[in-house]
Amino acid sequence: MILALLDRLGARRAWLRWGLLAAGLVSVLGLPWVLYPPVAADILCWGLFAVAFDLLLGHAGLLSFGHAAFWGTSAYTTGLIAIHAGVPFPLAVAGGAVAAAVVAVPIGLLAVRRSGIYFAMVTLAFAQMIYFIANQWGDLTGGENGLQGIPRELPGLDLSDSFVYYYAALPLVLAGLAAAWRIVHSPFGRVVAAVRDNPARARALGYSVDRYKVVVFTVSAFLSGLAGGLYAVNHGFASLQEVYWTTSGKVVVMTVLGGIGTLWGSLLGAAAVVRLEDWLSTSGFDEVGIVTGSLFILVVLLFRRGIWGTVSHLLQPRGDTASMQSADSGNGTVRDPAAGDRPERSLVREP
Amino acid sequence: MTSFLQQAFNGLVSGGFYALLALGLAVIFGMLHVVNFAHGAVYMLGAFGAVALQDSAGLGFWWALLLVPLAAALAGMLLERLLIHRLAALDPLYNFLLTFGIALVCQDLLRMKYGAQSTPYDEGPFPGTLDLGLFDYPAYQVFVLGAAAVVCLAVWLLLTRTRVGTVVRAATERPELTRALGIDTARWVMPVFGFGVALAALAGVLAAPMRAVNSGMGADLIIVVFAVVVIGGLGSIPGAVFAGFAIGMLQALGNLYVPVLSQTSVFLLMAVVLLVRPAGLFGKEEHAL
Repeated sequence: MILALLDRLGARRAWLRWGLLAAGLVSVLGLPWVLYPPVAADILCWGLFAVAFDLLLGHAGLLSFGHAAFWGTSAYTTGLIAIHAGVPFPLAVAGGAVAAAVVAVPIGLLAVRRSGIYFAMVTLAFAQMIYFIANQWGDLTGGENGLQGIPRELPGLDLSDSFVYYYAALPLVLAGLAAAWRIVHSPFGRVVAAVRDNPARARALGYSVDRYKVVVFTVSAFLSGLAGGLYAVNHGFASLQEVYWTTSGKVVVMTVLGGIGTLWGSLLGAAAVVRLEDWLSTSGFDEVGIVTGSLFILVVLLFRRGIWGTVSHLLQPRGDTASMQSADSGNGTVRDPAAGDRPERSLVREP
Repeated sequence: MTSFLQQAFNGLVSGGFYALLALGLAVIFGMLHVVNFAHGAVYMLGAFGAVALQDSAGLGFWWALLLVPLAAALAGMLLERLLIHRLAALDPLYNFLLTFGIALVCQDLLRMKYGAQSTPYDEGPFPGTLDLGLFDYPAYQVFVLGAAAVVCLAVWLLLTRTRVGTVVRAATERPELTRALGIDTARWVMPVFGFGVALAALAGVLAAPMRAVNSGMGADLIIVVFAVVVIGGLGSIPGAVFAGFAIGMLQALGNLYVPVLSQTSVFLLMAVVLLVRPAGLFGKEEHAL
C-alpha cells in the first residue's frame, strides 16, 4: 500500500520501498486480529472502493459523484448470483464487477461529454437513476427491504466465520489493488495522466481523449464493483443505501481524507472513516453525517493534501521538487509550468 | 381529460419548486462559479424554519415567508465570507465538496433534533379548494404556483432591467472586462450568494404546508434539481426556469401514463440532452471548467 511514496523517493531508496510494502502487507494480514473481523473486512472493501475511485479522480482528474452506482449495481448483482446460482462467492463477485463495468460504459460515454463540475453532476444524476431502478424493481431487488440472505459459499472453507471470510476476500482485494497500481504505471496510465494534465495537448498528439476517459471510468467502475460485491457478501444483504448518493459522497470523503491522487492514501482514508463510523454507531450516535460532513469541511478547508499527501510532502527532500513532480504525474508527461507555480489550486494535481 | 389536466397542474406546482431552486443555483453559479450542493439542505432548513417559527414563537406562514429567507440570506452571506470565499481561487470542485459536507451536517443535525419522521406544519393560508372549471384544486397549491411564477419573473426583470442586474450579468459573462471597466465585482459576490440561498429557503417555506417536512426532504430534490440545471444549461436563468417547469410536468404526466418511469424520466431526458446538446438547452458552450 505504500508504493506511491516509494515511487517518489525513487530507486535510491529501494530498501524503503520494500520495507513499506512489507509493513503494509503485515498490517493488512494482521487487521482482523486487531479489529472486529467484519469491520476489518469492511475496511478492505471500502479501501478497494476508494482506491478505484482515486484511480479516476486522482489519475484521470474526473470527479465522479455517482460511484455508488457501480458499488451498488455490483452489490445487487453479486447478491442475485449468489442467491440464485449458488456459485462460490468469488464467481458471484466477479459477475457483479462485470455488471458494474457494463453499466459504466453508457454512463461514461455520456458523462465525458462534460468536464469538471458538470461531470460530477451528470454522474450523480445517473447514479440516482440506478437508485430509482433498484427501488422500483422490487421483485428483483427487494425494494425498500433490500436483498436479504446473500450466502457466502466457498468449497472447503467455512465462511460463516467472518475471520475466515476476511482472508478469503483478501486475495481478491489485493488483486484489485495490484491492478490499480499496474494501470497507473502502465503506458495507458501515462496517457491518462497526460489527458488529465493537458487534454488539448494530448488530443494534438493524436490520443482520443474521450476514449481514454471512458476506459479509465469503466476500469474504475469494475474495481468499485469488485469492492461492492465483497461488501454485500460480507454483510449478507444489499440495501438501497448501497446505491444512494450518500455512498458516493462517502467514497469521496475517504479519498480526499487519504489524499487525492495518492492511490494508497485512499486505503488509509477508508480505514479511518470506517473505524470512525463503527466507533460512533457502537457508542449509540446515529447521526454519522454530522461527523463525516464536518470531517469533509475541515479537510477541504485546511488539509487538502490529505493524510498521505501530507506525509509524502513532508518526506520530500528539499530543493528536489521538480523531479519529484515529474515522477508523480508519470514520467514523460509534459507539465504545465503555470500549474506547478500554484500548488493546491487544482483538485487533482498534487502540489 | 380531467385527470390529465389535474396531473399537469400538479406538474406545474412541483415544477415551480424545481424552478425556484434551479434559479438560485444558476444565480450563484453565474456569479461565483460555485455549484452549491447545500441548496437542497437550505430548502429543508427553510421548511423547518417555518415549523420552528410556528412552534416556538407562534408566528404563522406570512411571517415565515418574510423572516426565513431573510435569515437564510444573512447566514448564506456569512457562509460565503467565512468558508466559500477561501476556496474561490481553487478548482470549483473544492467548493462543491465543501457544500456537500455542509449539506450532510445540516441534514443530520435536523434529524438529531426532529427525528426521521415528518414534522407537521398546518398553519398554511388558503385552506380548501378552488374551482378551476373542470376540477377542484387545493387553493394553497394555486397560490404556490403563482408565487413561484412571480418570483421567477421578478428575478428575470431584476437581472435584465436594473443596474444591479446588469453588473451581475456582466461579471458573470466577462469578469476581467467588467473589472477593467472599474466595476467592483467582488462586492456583489456575497449578496448574490445570499440572494440565491434565500430563494431556496423561500421554496422551503412554501413547501412546508403542503409537503412532508423532514430532514431528508432536500436530499432527493437536490439531485433532480442538478439534472434540471444540466438540462437547462448551468448558469442560464431562462434555462433553469424552463427546465424546472418542464421537468415538473414530465414527472407528473409520466406518473399518469408510465408510472414506472416517472422518477427516472428526468435522468433519461438528461441523457438525451447530453447526447444532443451537451451544454444544455439554453447553455452556452462551456468555458473551461
